[in-house]
Amino acid sequence: MKSEPVVSIRIYALVFFTLLVLTALTTAIAFVDLGGGWNNVAALTIAVGKALLVILYFMHVRYSDKLTWVYLGAGFFWLLIMLGGIMEDIRKRPSLSPETASTATQSHTR
Amino acid sequence: MSKAETFRAHHFNDLEQQHSAAWIGMWVFLATEVMFFGGMFACYTVYRYWYAQAFGSASNHLDVWLGAINTVVLIGSSFTMALAVYNAETGRSKPLIYFLLLTIVLGLAFLGIKFFEYYTKFAEHLVPGSSFQYEGPLARQAEIFFSLYFAMTGMHAVHMIIGIGLLAALVLKARRGRFSALYHTPVELTGLYWHFVDIVWIFLFPLLYLLGRHL
Repeated sequence: MKSEPVVSIRIYALVFFTLLVLTALTTAIAFVDLGGGWNNVAALTIAVGKALLVILYFMHVRYSDKLTWVYLGAGFFWLLIMLGGIMEDIRKRPSLSPETASTATQSHTR
Repeated sequence: MSKAETFRAHHFNDLEQQHSAAWIGMWVFLATEVMFFGGMFACYTVYRYWYAQAFGSASNHLDVWLGAINTVVLIGSSFTMALAVYNAETGRSKPLIYFLLLTIVLGLAFLGIKFFEYYTKFAEHLVPGSSFQYEGPLARQAEIFFSLYFAMTGMHAVHMIIGIGLLAALVLKARRGRFSALYHTPVELTGLYWHFVDIVWIFLFPLLYLLGRHL
């Protein structure tokens, strides 16, 4: 086991400071109308960026072996499959929506 | 028997192997946690796609500033947790205990603010159920937003409470001098768990609190 610290205090402090700046930024952007769904893109991009900083530095993944990357990747890849698959289905079949479903039931029972 | 031997379980060849087994085991657990929270995030995504307008206006009933302050508190607690791990790695037990306690204090501060927010929601009749009251034609849809708000932040808070329990156990062990530069795996793994809970909040904050502004 190594007794050397994996990440220096300077890098921890830098990451902490960046996370605070990004939190201020995402809060500020929420009050400005970017239009066309760009607020969504901005908020999620910043959230992904913050999560990456925490994963790579606070959780030491940047300095970890490939196996750690495989497990991390597997977790998020699964999440991507689930969200992507579900949303694809939801978008392609409007009949799944509770609103259309209730009218559909009514028309069936008529 | 060398000092390293006292920390080694008999089925491992050496401390290095024991550490990598524990480390990867923790990542497997965190992958299952991604799946656990992922289900709720998927539910949120679907209903927000269907009820975009109701979700937007319901979100405006949450306090952006309390949410932002809590984000800062939680990021701060991740920072102190990282410093606790740093001091564990360098074998300094005094600052290790100090930063573990600081992390607990920040975790409790987060829960305190969360408790206040929940209290306000109860007072405003925004808790889903028989006492739910909401102005406008989209009340039923807004109720689903609040159901998801309580489910997601509630499960997140449960994780925080468990984390604080783990941290308290670490403080007790550290006081008995159980950790050294040679062996501090429990501190490291609890750190991973704490940072994971932080990441969940990093996504909850924009999705629940900021959504109503212009998203």
